[in-house]
Amino acid sequence: MLTKRIIPCLDVKDGRVVKGVNFKSLSDISSPVSLGKFYSENGADELVFYDITASAEGRKLFSDILKEVASNIFIPLTVGGGINTLDDFDRVLKCGADKVSVNSGAIKNPDILEKAAKLYGSQCVVLSVDIKRVNGVFTVFSRGGRDNTGIEAIEWIKRGVSLGAGEIVVNSIDTDGVKKGFDLELLSRVCDAVNVPVIASGGAGSVDDFTKLFKEVPKISAGLAASVFHFGEIEIPELKKELKRNDIEVRLV
Amino acid sequence: MIAIIDYGVGNLFSLKSSFAAIGVEALVTDNPDEIRAAQRLILPGVGAFGDAADKLKKSGLDIVLKEEAAKGKPLMGICLGMQLLFEKSYEFGEYEGLGLIPGEIVPFEGKISKEYRIPQIGWNSLNLKNNSPIYKGLKNGDYVYFVHSFYAECEDKYKSAVSEYGIEFTASVMKDNIFGCQFHPEKSGEIGLKILKNFSEV
Repeated sequence: MLTKRIIPCLDVKDGRVVKGVNFKSLSDISSPVSLGKFYSENGADELVFYDITASAEGRKLFSDILKEVASNIFIPLTVGGGINTLDDFDRVLKCGADKVSVNSGAIKNPDILEKAAKLYGSQCVVLSVDIKRVNGVFTVFSRGGRDNTGIEAIEWIKRGVSLGAGEIVVNSIDTDGVKKGFDLELLSRVCDAVNVPVIASGGAGSVDDFTKLFKEVPKISAGLAASVFHFGEIEIPELKKELKRNDIEVRLV
Repeated sequence: MIAIIDYGVGNLFSLKSSFAAIGVEALVTDNPDEIRAAQRLILPGVGAFGDAADKLKKSGLDIVLKEEAAKGKPLMGICLGMQLLFEKSYEFGEYEGLGLIPGEIVPFEGKISKEYRIPQIGWNSLNLKNNSPIYKGLKNGDYVYFVHSFYAECEDKYKSAVSEYGIEFTASVMKDNIFGCQFHPEKSGEIGLKILKNFSEV
């Protein structure tokens, strides 16, 4: 039986892991290679790396780090951050990424989803969407949650899937960093709208939040989080044991 | 020496790193002489069947692979590489594969209920069949990582493992010296590395 996936997300800037609270203040945490290795040996089902570097120099650092991570870690790696062109896809795939996550790049140029899916297969194309309620409407934000695009989120996700995205990461800005649980309402809506795997992101604060996520939104494929894992507030082996106790299928290691 | 066949499809970085991690010499190559000289062959692949089958044919490597397989050289197809071992696929049309194992590649779509997402992405458990040497040291229920929307339909005698995803589907195959995994051993943690190690010893 297919298991629910637990995915730690590592924001990388200049070769180091950082995590922002509500996308703003950033604090340095650790090395991507050692954190990645730690997670892969401790029950993570997959790893996501977001390159939040803006400079070309930082990007080069990221590519080098990614190569090092990919030669040492044998679970799936998704890479996102600054993906705007097919060349960006090519660059991170050559460094060992398995999947590439596109966010603002797809909003600017939706064609990239179709082109990348044709070239690399849908399984390789992840559409990541930052969503916030604006006057009660689920709205897509771009540039790391800074810009309101005015686009309705569910329609955007449907379009993304029809263009070729093989997986969706739903990041709720409303619940991100607040640690009071995932945005179950939004996640249910997305799961009902598309038939590709949907990954929940934003809001995990406790083991119970994950249990609630998988119980109340059974169609969700995975839960993603960052700081609660990096700071050891949730340990993945313990989390998985608790999920298993609640009859949620997980891969125990 | 293991030759990882490079025909312009998919990501060979992880496969090469995996063999390095288990101390097995592996070479990424599209050179027929190097492929003939290798003791074992890996046929990787991601993406669409038709495109991959075309590329394999255009490179002429399909002939080399068939010749080497006929000599009894161990060959392992991974993911789309496994699907290419079969006779035919119905992905976006109808395409011919290498025909090394009787059977065809069919979609999950229409076969499984709506609650199952397509593609299947993630860790699923293996139910081992027919004592394949690549599973030495593994047990029923061990998890491996899958990413696919199509699967192989073939006779039970060719199945070395099955899994459940709304239906029972072929997780891996074996026919004499030909092996195939629908999942990605190079992405399946310790279990996956063990499978690659086993293949390097068959």
